[in-house]
Amino acid sequence: MKELLGFLVRRLGWMLLTLWAVYTVSFILMKLIPGSPFSGERAMPAAIEQQMRARYNLDAPAIQQYWEYLWGILSRGDLSWSIKLEDYSVNQVIAEGFPVSASLAICALVFAITLGVTAGVVSAVYRGSIMDVSMMATAVMGIAIPNFVLASLAILLFVFLIPIFPAAGWGTLRQVVLPAMCLGAPVAAYIARLMRAGMLESLHREHVRTAFAKGLPKRTVILKHVLPGALLPVVSYLGPATAGVLTGSLVLEKIFALPGMGSHFIYAATQRDTTLATGMVLTYTVLLFAMNTIVDVAYAVIDPRVELE
Amino acid sequence: MTATPASRSKLGNASANEAVLAKVLEEASQIRGVSPWKDAWRRLLRNRPAALSLVFLIGLGLTAFLTPLLPLQSPIDKDLDNRRFLPPSLESVSMGSRPELKFADGKLTSQLSLFEAEMQTERAAAMQVSDPEERAKLLKAIEARVRVEHPFNQVWNQLGSVSFTLCRIRVAVFGDYAVPSLFGTDKLGRDLLARVFWGARVSLIVGVVATLVSLVIGVSYGAIAGYFGGTIDAIMMRIVDMLYSIPFIFVVIYLVTFLGEEKVKTWLESYGIDQITIFYIIIGAIYWLTMSRVVRGQVLSLRQEQFVESARTVGASPMRIVFRHLVPNVLGIVIVYLTLTIPAVMLFEAFLSFLGLGVAPPDVSWGLLLNDGVEALSSVKLFWWVVVFPGAALAITLFALNFLGDGLRDALDPKMKNRS
Repeated sequence: MKELLGFLVRRLGWMLLTLWAVYTVSFILMKLIPGSPFSGERAMPAAIEQQMRARYNLDAPAIQQYWEYLWGILSRGDLSWSIKLEDYSVNQVIAEGFPVSASLAICALVFAITLGVTAGVVSAVYRGSIMDVSMMATAVMGIAIPNFVLASLAILLFVFLIPIFPAAGWGTLRQVVLPAMCLGAPVAAYIARLMRAGMLESLHREHVRTAFAKGLPKRTVILKHVLPGALLPVVSYLGPATAGVLTGSLVLEKIFALPGMGSHFIYAATQRDTTLATGMVLTYTVLLFAMNTIVDVAYAVIDPRVELE
Repeated sequence: MTATPASRSKLGNASANEAVLAKVLEEASQIRGVSPWKDAWRRLLRNRPAALSLVFLIGLGLTAFLTPLLPLQSPIDKDLDNRRFLPPSLESVSMGSRPELKFADGKLTSQLSLFEAEMQTERAAAMQVSDPEERAKLLKAIEARVRVEHPFNQVWNQLGSVSFTLCRIRVAVFGDYAVPSLFGTDKLGRDLLARVFWGARVSLIVGVVATLVSLVIGVSYGAIAGYFGGTIDAIMMRIVDMLYSIPFIFVVIYLVTFLGEEKVKTWLESYGIDQITIFYIIIGAIYWLTMSRVVRGQVLSLRQEQFVESARTVGASPMRIVFRHLVPNVLGIVIVYLTLTIPAVMLFEAFLSFLGLGVAPPDVSWGLLLNDGVEALSSVKLFWWVVVFPGAALAITLFALNFLGDGLRDALDPKMKNRS
């Protein structure tokens, strides 16, 4: 327990360091962009522009901006006002978008793990059967088809041809299912392949042979003796999988018109909404870091040989 | 020294032993030693899907390179009036026949010969000028006109010098003939077959170049960290851990929007760096993390080996040991990761193009084509060909790369040696 606590504290330290680095880099990048966020197609009267600059503290020297913004985040958790979305603070935008993105990502991950692990186990146990071959072919396809193509085809198929899902919108479970499935499909495919390889390897281990020799039923052997060992590569893949899901949600939120963080982020970056973009990047970094930490802890729990360092 | 029974019997059976020895030697000379690479190559070829994938990919690479030579239609010539969303057809089309192009006789070849004749007379007129300075100026003006007004510019997009030559050969060989729109046309009436082929060039180059960039960074970083070990290794790997936790897509979006600014763009172009080059470098700079971890792990176990120690004894510098002695030994696993990184990079390109941040028109890439295709998908009228053909092209290529990667992993895995 003490070991775990120490690990978490150290991880937190690393996270803060990473966040600081991300913040600094994005601040520098944003400052390097020529022109100001207010330069648009229509020239702004000088007086108004000055007012706007004052509002976002853009008239201060760069160093001062850097520290004041950082201090605002540290002391109050205040990510300042969004530049392009009027009367919205960045915190508000995140508070509205985060639940949507998070539930989408969680649904997608749960779907991917369930489907991937089941498919992997089944195709490893019935190796060489039609089921194995067809499932692995589907898995390769899932890796090779970009998820935005998959999503568009899914909309065409399940919304228009066989109307079982609504095309867009957010709130009910039925509206989550289709985007979550499209988002999770490539991850599921990858997990299925990892799972199958892992299962095949641990099926040939000696302890499994012993378990069979003792006369344990096949089901018990597979669930109790083979599965845990085979799960390890899948668990270590979950970190990258989360990153993939977060990335993919940018696209799927666009296609399904979901009010998540991803759509805001692209808007923020392309419209040079510096405060919003910085806030989003910091949020995503925290998410990814948290997920990686959970994965590391889970790994140590499953495999007692691994020590948390 | 007393002779032991064994040695005595050895002496006694000397002639018999010699016969056995000769036989063994003869047998040994029959056996050809196989280098590990050759052995891996053989196993790769025995793996049917991997071998087929390899052949397919080589073919694809060649076709992509020689695309300007193929009798395809123009990938950029739009026809909004008559050719929007035509389904796949076998109706033949001749180059330059669209009236709005205002080509002589409605033919690319006639326009080309007309243009060249005109330039020839102008050039001859310029040569008549006696003042050398004036003449050079006139010739320069003509060159500029050739670059801007050449009929090829209306049919192809910003040809490089190699592609330009290939296009000339294509016109000389095939004339105005062009393959019918087998894949249909897109929303602006452009031929999809030609666009898929020209898109392959961009997509493949992005995949390969970006992967090479990631290879260079990842291998050097991992090898150096692994070889030096200790504090250096700890710091370098901590940095990698940290980078793993940064959502890179966002950094890329930042960078791409930053570098897409007009001012930055013109500034970079003054150094001869165009947007696509930057794109390769950015993607490559992201995908090196896993590569560096893998290489570092391998090098860590290799650096205790004797050959490293002997290299050090001879006085080889650390950099020489890393790049001359250690890196070649991890090449196997690097190649496997290479074939698995290329599909990831190509997908990423498609993804960025979909968000409108990747390859910009009038350049074409598969990602851009897919984006167009997805936009054209609607339930009202099913223009399936605009998404199916580019999608299939991308999917088949990624399939092949994945199969090749798996095959290579098996072939280069010493545990699999002498199996199957």
